Amino acid sequence: MSAEKGYVLTEADLLPLSIGAALLGTGGGGNPYYGMLRLRELMRNGAAIRILPLDALPDDAMVGTVGSIGAPVIGIEKPPEGRETYRAMRAVEEACGVKMAGLIAAEIGGANAMSPMIAAVHAGLPVIDGDGMGRAFPEVQMSTFSIYGGREGLAAMADDKGNVVVVRKAVSGRWMERFLRSVVVDMGAGAGAAGAPMPMSFLREAAIPATVTQAIEIGRTVLEARAGRRNVIERVVDKTRGKLFFTGKIVDVRRELKGGFVRGEAVVSGIDACSGSEARIAIQNENLVLWIDGQAKITVPDLIMNLELDTGEPITTEMLRYGQRVAVIGMPAHRLLKTPKALEVVGPAAFGYPELTFEPLGAER
Amino acid sequence: MIRIGIDVGGTNTDAVIMDGARVIAGVKSSTTADVMSGVVNALKAVLDASAMKAADIDVVMIGTTHFTNAVVQRRDLAPTAAVRLGLPATASLPPMVDWPEDLKAVIGNHVFMAHGGNEFDGRPISALDEDELRGIAAEIRARGIRSIAVTSVFSPVSGEAERRAGEIFAEAVPGAHVTLSSEIGRIGILERENAAIMNACLRDLSAHVIAAFRAAIAESGIAGRFYLTQNDGTLMDAAFAEKFPVLTFASGPTNSMRGAAFLSGVADAIVVDIGGTTSDVGSLYKGFPRQATMAVEVGGVRTNFRMPDVFSIGLGGGSHVVDEGGDVRIGPASVGYRLVTEALIFGGATLTTSDIVAAAGRAGFGDRSKVAHLAPEFLDRARKKMMAMLEDCVERSRLSPEPLPVIVVGGGSILVDGPIGSLQVIKPDHFAVANAVGAAIAQVSGEVDRVYSLSGASRDEALSDARRRATEAAIAAGAAADTIEIVDVEDVPLSYLPGNATRIRVKAVGELDVR
Repeated sequence: MSAEKGYVLTEADLLPLSIGAALLGTGGGGNPYYGMLRLRELMRNGAAIRILPLDALPDDAMVGTVGSIGAPVIGIEKPPEGRETYRAMRAVEEACGVKMAGLIAAEIGGANAMSPMIAAVHAGLPVIDGDGMGRAFPEVQMSTFSIYGGREGLAAMADDKGNVVVVRKAVSGRWMERFLRSVVVDMGAGAGAAGAPMPMSFLREAAIPATVTQAIEIGRTVLEARAGRRNVIERVVDKTRGKLFFTGKIVDVRRELKGGFVRGEAVVSGIDACSGSEARIAIQNENLVLWIDGQAKITVPDLIMNLELDTGEPITTEMLRYGQRVAVIGMPAHRLLKTPKALEVVGPAAFGYPELTFEPLGAER
Repeated sequence: MIRIGIDVGGTNTDAVIMDGARVIAGVKSSTTADVMSGVVNALKAVLDASAMKAADIDVVMIGTTHFTNAVVQRRDLAPTAAVRLGLPATASLPPMVDWPEDLKAVIGNHVFMAHGGNEFDGRPISALDEDELRGIAAEIRARGIRSIAVTSVFSPVSGEAERRAGEIFAEAVPGAHVTLSSEIGRIGILERENAAIMNACLRDLSAHVIAAFRAAIAESGIAGRFYLTQNDGTLMDAAFAEKFPVLTFASGPTNSMRGAAFLSGVADAIVVDIGGTTSDVGSLYKGFPRQATMAVEVGGVRTNFRMPDVFSIGLGGGSHVVDEGGDVRIGPASVGYRLVTEALIFGGATLTTSDIVAAAGRAGFGDRSKVAHLAPEFLDRARKKMMAMLEDCVERSRLSPEPLPVIVVGGGSILVDGPIGSLQVIKPDHFAVANAVGAAIAQVSGEVDRVYSLSGASRDEALSDARRRATEAAIAAGAAADTIEIVDVEDVPLSYLPGNATRIRVKAVGELDVR
């Protein structure tokens, strides 16, 4: 590792990181608040977390992913022992006989933005500035790491008690998802997970770059705009190179449970410049499609972010309720999520909207 | 039933006497530093005003901000031990991890983690280790601590670990009072634990304050029972309140909204409580305030109390008014309780919202000639600005597209003139003491918040089980069984779990059983 590259995370970065990660979660990914507290505890006890750019490590350096999986309610009632993801990561190393040189987030959106940082503290490894989604998605095979074939079908899960389960071989991402889900329920509906390591040569091609830094910068933008009493929404739009699509008040939220996922729809009645218009947002764990007056305006994989109108606070799909005033911001997804190969996995059809064609938002990032 | 409602605020202590649904008298007096004499004064004043005898009073209901203020001001808090059951889980986030350092220093950083606790489906995380708990008890005793808060993982689903730990501590630490988190809060361990710790550190103070209330009532010659109001607008008896002082947090805004509903006879409405400095706006659903869905901070500590979702703006009867040419700036600065010396109509030098109202002849107090120089065009702009501010915050609080009425209460209600936006305005009688009325009419509730697995039972069966448990809790809290109504049902499917797990929250309320 070259010492001059990257930067060391400070306690002052944590709140911005948690806000930025929640925003990039596009309504899903879980609440990063507890993850932020965990990182703060570790830092106050002397932990240093180094963030390295994608070009820092040599081609043959192996980098793994870790994250927490399970139901968000478990995360708020039964916080982890602390080393779950670290134990899962060590089990993966053992199973494939490879030592990892760093960790990377599979998902920057939501609570899992912090997972690699926490495991990295215990393992004494750096964290790579990037991730496999640039946002949040509900399933592990929806990351660029899976889409572009960097992962072998190997993963490990660890619970708070010391149990570790290794899936030696899953023939597809869907199979892996299925195995992990049934084990996670036995583990108390929450567990730490680690995926197979990938060489840096692959990650430089397949990872969404610099998303840790991006999340911190978005969060800082929100906090600075609030402190300076400036328009938070405008600043976030600027910073994300996104576009404000709609402002309105939520007038209906419908939810139902299908196959372990919450599916639903939020209806937003326009205010201010959008007065007289109506928007609908399809929600699964994340925001999937935005329609304005019946016309699809944004679809996955582009990002649909709901912000509380006055504070710029990100609103998760679980928090949506009648009467909230929201700004709906669209942000273009990274080009790696928009190739034909990626769209098969993360396009509108993959989420049950075969009738919609993905029309990318402009200004690619 | 003759009842007295008292609202002990930071500045004023308001009191009303009610005979059934009729308000006989209402008074405002000053809050005193020693709590007791202010309550004695208010009781005397309201009895005098009503020409009733102390012996006629069946029951006294008190709403107080005393315990909230103690936490906010970091005073009168006892050193407290925070014990968590759940190891090996939860070790990454110890108790009080998110507390402000100054508050942690005041109650001491006495944090203990032990085995025990449950998974979401009731399975134990690890066996409760009684020897481990006795060791912790010995340490607590050695440190001279008598306030203990016990929090077990998923205790709202399964409270047995907390109960057993509580017994062990009560046995091993003489004179200890133990708060169990499952008796106070809902799912969300840090927030529930925070509430339990705050409750424990208030127990010495609550013994003192409840004794002062009891003495004040006795000194007034009232023999009836007395109750305190909780943050959800329902009652707890004095003995229960002494054990759970934390449940009084935010009872002030709740009482004024409940009072507004009662005085107006409208159960679904927006309530605007206009004081001297701010207007608090919230919405009523079936006569109860709609509660905040996000974590609420008290004194810098995150909790998940049942708090009313209130939005405040800096518009009150004493707000400064400044003409900036095109625009009129109103508030947030205010002359507050100095209105009667500083406003123009009282010979002062500050233009306030009350002056604007008085100039239009609608105040009913002050010297109107002192504001005769204000231009009608400016008065019109100022009036429009006030109404626009109110309309904006009323719109934020609307929870449905139906055209709900707006109930206006509080001393600053004179600011409201005509409908707010397109919504009808109701100014009930006794609007200035709506908070004391809210205390007087408080009911009794029971609540349940559990995760159900719908693989074994149907959703309807789970809902009816939750309803039954909530009803039983309300009866246990003192509600008359035949008056119980289910006022709130919330049912949130939990993503990512097969077997269709769902989190169900049900609240039942009923009239106080005085038989």
